[in-house]
Amino acid sequence: MNAPAVKHKIRIATTSLAGCFGCNMSFLDIDERILALLDLAEFDRSPITDIKHCGPCDVGIVEGGVCNAENVHVLREFRANCKILVAIGACAVNGGLPAQRNHLVLRDILEEVYHTEPGIGHGGIPNDPELPLPLNQVHPIHEVVKVDYFLPGCPPPADAIWKFLTDLIAGRTPQLGHGLLRYD
Amino acid sequence: MTSQTFTIDGREVPFEAGQTVMQAALTAGVFIPHLCYHPEFKPHGSCKLCTVMVNGRPATSCTLPAAAGMEVASNTPEILDKRRMLLQMLLVEGNHFCPSCEKSGQCKLQALGYELGVMTPHFTHFYPDRPVDASHHDVLLDFNRCILCELCIRASAEVDRKNVFALSGRGLKKHLIVNAESGRLADTDFALTDKAAQVCPVGVILPKRRGFAVPIGKRRFDEKPISAHVAEFAPVAPAKQGEGR
Repeated sequence: MNAPAVKHKIRIATTSLAGCFGCNMSFLDIDERILALLDLAEFDRSPITDIKHCGPCDVGIVEGGVCNAENVHVLREFRANCKILVAIGACAVNGGLPAQRNHLVLRDILEEVYHTEPGIGHGGIPNDPELPLPLNQVHPIHEVVKVDYFLPGCPPPADAIWKFLTDLIAGRTPQLGHGLLRYD
Repeated sequence: MTSQTFTIDGREVPFEAGQTVMQAALTAGVFIPHLCYHPEFKPHGSCKLCTVMVNGRPATSCTLPAAAGMEVASNTPEILDKRRMLLQMLLVEGNHFCPSCEKSGQCKLQALGYELGVMTPHFTHFYPDRPVDASHHDVLLDFNRCILCELCIRASAEVDRKNVFALSGRGLKKHLIVNAESGRLADTDFALTDKAAQVCPVGVILPKRRGFAVPIGKRRFDEKPISAHVAEFAPVAPAKQGEGR
């Protein structure tokens, strides 16, 4: 059976919350396959566009966990606008490295970094109203919004991202299999 | 002697008298997921990952003696779902951060997550506070990853005859402890050569100064999935016991 001709391109948005942009970099590691992807898809908010707020999209790809108030707003905006929301990478899936502060008291961490520890300026704990307030704990994104797909890895290999996206765009349930599904 | 058989998912599996379903299955090359089972130790039946349906009832295959004509179901969608849920509960109960774990790629918990396609921990994380014990010269204890399989406890008591480890507390507060007045591993006679230092399925008992000598991506379960290692988990034949593995 022939697939019907693509009427409109799949619209994809990506962002990084409490992440290191490593997953977005791994996405770029699909290399020239991004040209094949651009035949099927176009980018909304992402590191390669200058769109500040995610508009209506088919797929939202979220890297990083939720560590501050701004992360919550961005994540909710993605959820409200994206038909399919994907948690990409260890931090979005289980909090990852930033979540390793979760057993500590936030105030103690800030005190240690900005007061006790030698070598850092004595300006005190930053309280500029422009700065988003940190949350007491870092959360995986599925603890804040509903997530449709998870793509673990630190970062997920480019081949895993490619397999995932091509499966998804073709209407298949993404299947990674051995070597592509990794937590490290 | 091996004329008796039972079936797993329709496949005929021979067994010897006294063998468990797990032992017979692994010997026949049929992988059953497990964490607290180890071929050299008395089965424990606590992790429940090896649960199968036998004639319509659930049973842990590591403790269930094989019997002729049994019909065992292992890889059904229902059982696989239950096993995934068990893994997810273990993942949120401890602090399992694979990217910074030296055991990554050689960890059975992680390898079973890959095997069963666990894409998310699903449940709400506990993020417990579990300090590490770096007191020992040769071994680091990172309790964040303990899954309470008791293999180190069994090895230390039964093989090393040292009783270095124990469980303390009950229910959610149950945790691994070191049997020393100070609670520190350095104050025991634990040694890197102990059996107990070799059996941890996850990344709790780690030899120091080894780290990432074998890089991520080239490790035991990176090369092939845990199910392809089935022969390594099979019981050691009595004649071969004592030769070491």
